[in-house]
Order: sequence, then structure tokens, then C-alpha cells
Amino acid sequence: MKAICFYFQIHQPFRLKNYRFFDIGNDHYYYDDFANDEIITRIAQRSYLPANAMLLDMIKQYGKKFKVAFSISGTALEQLEVYVPEFIESMKELADTGCVEFLSETYAHSLSSLEDPDEFVAQVKDHDKKIYQLFGQHPKVFRNTELIYDDDISAMVQSMGFKGVITEGAKHILGWKSPNYVYASPVAPKLKLLLKNSKLSDDISFRFSNPQWASYPLTADKYIDWIAALPEEEQLVNLFMNYETFGEMQPRESGIFEFMKALPRFAAERGIEFLTPSEVIAKMKPVGEMPVMHPISWADEARDTSAWLGNTLQQEAVKKLYSIGERVRLCQDRRIKQDWYYLQASDHFFYMSTKHNDDGNVHSHYSPYDSPYTAFTNYMNVLSDFMIRVEEQYPESIDNEELNALLLTIRNQSNEISQLNREVEMLRNNIVKDTTGDFPVDEPVKEVKKPAKKTAKKTTKKVAKN
Amino acid sequence: MKALMFGWEFPPHILGGLGTASYGLTKGMYDCGDMDITFVIPKPWGDEEKGFAHIIGANTTPIAWRDVNADYVQSRIGHVMSPQLYFDLRNHIYSDFNYMNTNDLGCIEFSGRYPENLVEEINNYSIVAGVIARTVPCDVIHSHDWLTYPAGIHAKQVTGKPLVIHVHATDFDRSRGNVNPTVFNIEKDGMNNADHIITVSNLTRRTVIEKYGISPDKVTTVHNAVEPLSQELLNVEVPPKHDKVVTFLGRITMQKGPEYFVEAAAQVLSKVRGVQFVMAGGGDMMEKMIRLAARRGISDRFHFAGFLRGKEVYEMLKASDVYIMPSVSEPFGISPLEAMQMGVPSIISKQSGCAEILSNVIKVDYWDTNAIADAIYSIIKYPAMYKELREKGLEEVNQIAWKKAGAKVIDIYNKLLNR
Repeated sequence: MKAICFYFQIHQPFRLKNYRFFDIGNDHYYYDDFANDEIITRIAQRSYLPANAMLLDMIKQYGKKFKVAFSISGTALEQLEVYVPEFIESMKELADTGCVEFLSETYAHSLSSLEDPDEFVAQVKDHDKKIYQLFGQHPKVFRNTELIYDDDISAMVQSMGFKGVITEGAKHILGWKSPNYVYASPVAPKLKLLLKNSKLSDDISFRFSNPQWASYPLTADKYIDWIAALPEEEQLVNLFMNYETFGEMQPRESGIFEFMKALPRFAAERGIEFLTPSEVIAKMKPVGEMPVMHPISWADEARDTSAWLGNTLQQEAVKKLYSIGERVRLCQDRRIKQDWYYLQASDHFFYMSTKHNDDGNVHSHYSPYDSPYTAFTNYMNVLSDFMIRVEEQYPESIDNEELNALLLTIRNQSNEISQLNREVEMLRNNIVKDTTGDFPVDEPVKEVKKPAKKTAKKTTKKVAKN
Repeated sequence: MKALMFGWEFPPHILGGLGTASYGLTKGMYDCGDMDITFVIPKPWGDEEKGFAHIIGANTTPIAWRDVNADYVQSRIGHVMSPQLYFDLRNHIYSDFNYMNTNDLGCIEFSGRYPENLVEEINNYSIVAGVIARTVPCDVIHSHDWLTYPAGIHAKQVTGKPLVIHVHATDFDRSRGNVNPTVFNIEKDGMNNADHIITVSNLTRRTVIEKYGISPDKVTTVHNAVEPLSQELLNVEVPPKHDKVVTFLGRITMQKGPEYFVEAAAQVLSKVRGVQFVMAGGGDMMEKMIRLAARRGISDRFHFAGFLRGKEVYEMLKASDVYIMPSVSEPFGISPLEAMQMGVPSIISKQSGCAEILSNVIKVDYWDTNAIADAIYSIIKYPAMYKELREKGLEEVNQIAWKKAGAKVIDIYNKLLNR
């Protein structure tokens, strides 16, 4: 029995405001609230909300037979919580049907998997926590930012306990192979790979309403026929796309919603089922190993990471950003942590692409800047300010290890102090009960408190001075 | 195909971008093959490059008969014109111009510059054009810029061949809208009489269509290009420097927007030291700019380098970290291309024609001093920005060749001649 596995991506970055070099060191708020509000609200009204309603209808109509998966970045969730709370409600409703699976990814939709393994692990955990808080699911399948994947990433993902990864069925990786099977990673054999069927996915997300396309107009009937006509052994079709496909990339008038709604009926007629990624992984065995030496992604024609790391500007910005990663993770300041995540969104680097072919058009279409150079300038100004703030917290003169040791001492000591205080409190209570007068009240307090407090003060001072 | 071109400047004796562009285009057309070009200029010096075009000087073309022998002609003007051509031209004198102020060879003197009596010189040039058009056979007539439009029209009337005029600039660019009616009339007349109009940018094309009321199907844009620099110029040596240098190179006039450069410099200097700003060139707004820099309190870091010639230009560029052209209205603007050839990251205004073909530069609105300052800061502060602009810019500018522009012009000729 053939199966279709749908997965939709929802992501929005926190776009930066026009941040001038005068602002460096003075202004610590970086975001263009107006644009962020406007964009996410518009897309939610035109796409996310009607698409959610459509999915809910379909699930109600077809019961457990229709299933999909979602991957929603942390930054998108935060914006949706603030600007479009009704979306979160409708997503919860979808989650409650049991037909929707949530996938894991990096909280900030970041490139940390390529640059900073510790950051990567931390962000994935944070994201999964957020998903659990909102939708009550612990994600079991991982999907990296823009489907970036290679062998090294597969090892990290397996060590975090995931059973499967979703990535691109890039032509240069597949060669003669078909994406319509489950594969395994050669370095992490237990990890199963689900590869996007680019042709069939793009038929919906890019070509659906294009009258120049030979197969226009695309009907659900015809589409399911294509899938049914695949060779008997190819059991799985992975359709991965942006959720904006519905209503935004393909406008409502194109009939994209009706197309989706009709899919399950025709699928049922031809004996094709819908599965979530977890179910695919539980049901199907890998047919072989798929080595991926160099990172792939679903972006641009090259399907590599050049959309974010292709030129000097992008490399420099990413390098500068992650050079302070360790430092930032030592910080406790909530605003620094928050900005740290927001600044990592891969979109900021996407805007800096200087590709001038057709791919370049995609970059400039999504970019709020009029040129990659302005994008870089603005981002670097913001990053400079951010680095100053991190530096203020923890001066560069102390190296990370020393700082870590000092912080640990401070933390241990404050734990110790609070423990001792508790003890003192307890003893005091006991003393009050003691009416014989043999034990003077103040004495034990002094004795216990002294040594601990002194050392604690010393260390704090030292850090502050440096 | 034979083309008869009328121009005003020709390297190495140039006063602005017009000469460079005329030269580059002619050479580019010659490189496309099968072109026989005669290029008329008011006053040749004899050291012009002659390989790709026959150069005829208006000041050595007789308009009044003088009985002189070959040896005399050779001794007088042999360095710029062969006596044979002189006699050919003399045989085609079409009217009695003895009332005019002519010299011993029956020629009118030209300054070849932009003198006070420019309009008179333009008229004289057109009289001379009549003699040349009767002598030199041609298929197409091509006039570079308004100074030569009357000559082109005259040649067209004489020969009946199609006239192409090449708009390198309009008076709207030069005057920020306060056009000189005499100049406007000459321009308008040229455009009306032309069979086709070539503009150096879409910006200029729009001006021609909207301000001069010309039908759009008669106007085609052919963007300028740039000659590859010689190894000698690429390798000019400059003394080591400690500060970053930001350079403005051009006439200090209203059209070039110098005041926006000063304002942006003041902004940058209020945040960072260790940057020098250089304004090289001369012009009627120079004193005003010196006063403005003083008023902003940045005179210690803002220098006026005066007018630079030849190699000095490339030395200045070589010593620069940023090149800036905040022109209010620039039909094309070749100088940023030269800066890019020298590997200098460039900031140009969106109101300049070259912005239409360049991607690896920073484009700003000329009035947006904030954006200009941001761009300068970014290039001098972030090494990746400098490197990317430098390398990608070099790569890009090396793809821009006059030969491609030349091919487009030949295409236009062919269409006019229905070939």
C-alpha cells in the first residue's frame, strides 16, 4: 500500500529594524515590530488560518485516514502567540485530533547545526520544550533548518535520541536512486532518512497555478494518478512544503484549497494512505544507506548551503555571530538570550546572498532590504551592539574556562549560602523553643555564616572588576 | 558599413566623460568588424589613437578656397591631416564663406573646449560638417551630444542618410531642472530630426521621452562601458597610509551632489576617527564645500585635492578604501566603473545611469545622507564587506565591454538601413 507523507513548514524570522551605526552601543532594541506584525498577520489571514481550517475539516471528514506533520520554528511561534493568538488555538485544536505530528527543529531556525554543535543541541531542546508546552507532544522526528543535512548532523541528531530525519531528495545525492524509499545514515545506522520528492512537492507549491506549465491545470485526480503510477516498490511519497503554499504562494483563487480537500478521496479510491513521519519510520525499513558528505538543503538550484554561506559577507557574519556562542551560553540575562536566538535566524544570512541568477530573485523577493550589502550592513551594526552587550557582561579578558570556573564557584556558593541560611533558620526556630537559656541566641548564626559569605563576596568582586 | 560621427572631445585631450565614452564606443564598434568610421572633432592634436577611425579636424577643414600647395599644407597641418584629404575637402566647398573669419587655409579656428561663445562654435562646426558630408561617403550619421546635433542635421540634409543622435546627457541633468532655453532648443531640434536616438541609460531615455516629448519607439538605451586599464595604471604605487580614505572624484558642481558627501562625512566622523575624506576636482561649489566642512568641524579630516590629471586619478583611487558618487542626476557616470577596476568599493546614487547595470556596488538615494554614512561605515569597519565589494566588483566590471555596446549600436544602424 502506497503512502503519502505530508509535512508543512512554518517559519518567520524577527526582521531587524533599520539600525544605524550611531545606534551601536546606545540602542539595544533591534526589531521592526511593525513589519513583523504586518507580515505574520497578513500571511496568517491569507494562509495559515484558512489552511488550518481546511485541515481540520479534512480530518473531521476522513477521520484518522488523513494525517499531516508540522514543523514550526520557535521564532514563528513567538510571533504567532503575540500577533495571531487565534492561530495557536486552532493549532492546538488540530493537535488534539491526534492526526497531526509536530517535528523537532532548532528554535531559532538557525544554522547552528553547521557552526556550533553545543548551540544546536541547546536549541533543539528548547524548541521541543516549547512544542510540548503548547501542543503536548514530544517530537520524535527531526527536521533541520531549510532541510540542511549531512552525515555529521545525522550523528548529532541520533545522539539526541531521534528516530528519523527529514531532508531534501537532492539530485546530486540521489543519483539514480529514488526519493520514494526510506534510507539510513551510514554514520548513524539507526537513524532513518525521509527524502523530499522534489518534483511532486514543487508541482503543488510552485507550479500549481502556472498556466505555462504543461500539466496545468492540476487536479487532485490527475495528481493521485501520478502517484499511483509510480513503480510498485516505491511505497512512499514525501511531500514537504512551506505552509504558505496554501493561500500565499498559490492564491486562494487558484483552487489550491479545493485541490487539497479532494486529495484524500482520490487517494482512498486508489488505495493510497496518509502517514505521519513517525508512522513511516515505524512501518518501513530502510532500503540502503545514503551517505551525504557535504551539507545539502532545499534551497536554490544547487540544493546546498550556498544560499546562506555562499559569499564572504555571509561567512563573515556567521563566523562573527558564532564566535561569541560559548560566551552567550554562560549568560543568564534573558534579553541577551532572546536576542541571541533571534539573531541566529538563517533568514538574516539569506538576505545577504549576492546570487544574480534566478535564485537571486528568490532572495531579493523575500528580503526586506534593497540589496545584500544593506542587509549585511544592518545586521553587522546590530551584531556589533549585541557583542558589546555580551562583552559588558563578561569581558573578553577572562577566557571562557576561567569564567566558567568562576561562575560555577559563585553558583555553588550561592547554593551553599541558601542551604546554610536554611539551617540557621531551623536552628533559630529550635533555639526559640529552648527556654532554658543555656544557649545564647546569636552565636550559632555568626559561626556558620562567616566563612561562606566571605569567599562568595571575594569572587563576585573579582569578576566585576575584570 | 561606413559611419560618419560627429563628436566634441576625444582622448587624450578630454574635459569630461563625453570624450571617454565616444572613444570607447567607436573602438568597440570597430572591434565588431566591418565598420569604417570617420570621426570629426573640432580640434585634433595629432596624438589621438588612429587605428580604428579616421579622425578629421573641423579646424583643418577648409570652407573657403585658398590657393595653397601640398608642401605648404603638409607643413601647416600635416601632423593631423594628409594634404590629399585637405584638397578633397576643398573641392567640396559648397558656398562662399569668405565673409567668415577664416585663416590662411580657409579654415575656422576651434577651441575644442567649452568657451564663452560656445553657440557660435557649434554653428561653425555645423558649417564645416557640410563640407565633410559632401566629401566623405557614409551610410549613417552619428552625433555625440547636443554640441554636434546641428552638424548631424546638416549632414543628414546634405546626404539624405539616416541620423542617429547619441544622448550622453541632457540639460536637465546639468542644471537640476533649470534648463537653458537655447540648449534645450538645440537638443529638441536634434531629437526631432534624428531617425533614432541612443541614450546612455534608461534614466536618460525617460528624460528624453518625458521632457522632450519624443516617441518611445525612437529611443533605445545603450549603456556605456569601460576600457580595461593598462597594467601600468593598475600597478601605480602609493605611499603607505594609516587611515582609511573615502574619495569623491568629479566636478564639484550642483549636479554631482558634493554637499551630501560632506554631510555624510560629518556623520561618520562623529562616530569614528581614523578616516580621511577626500574631495578631488574643481567646480563652482568648491568654496561653498570648504566652508561647509569647516562649519561641521571636520576640516582636519576633510581634504580638497584639487583637479587630478591622468595618472594622478589612478593614484588617488589606489589609495582609496571607498569611492563615492552621490550625483543628483547622472546620465551614466563612468568613474565608479574605473574605481571598481582599481578594486575600490563604490557607493553610487540611485539617480545615476550606471546604477542600472551595476549590482556589486552600494546604491543609495543621493539625498539620504544617513544611508551614505551607513554604507561608508560598513565598508571601513567590516572587512568582509570591503572584500566582497572589491572582488565581486572587479569581476563584474571586467564583464562590461565596449564591444557589446558597439554591437548594439551596429544593430540599430542595420535596422535603420533595413539590412
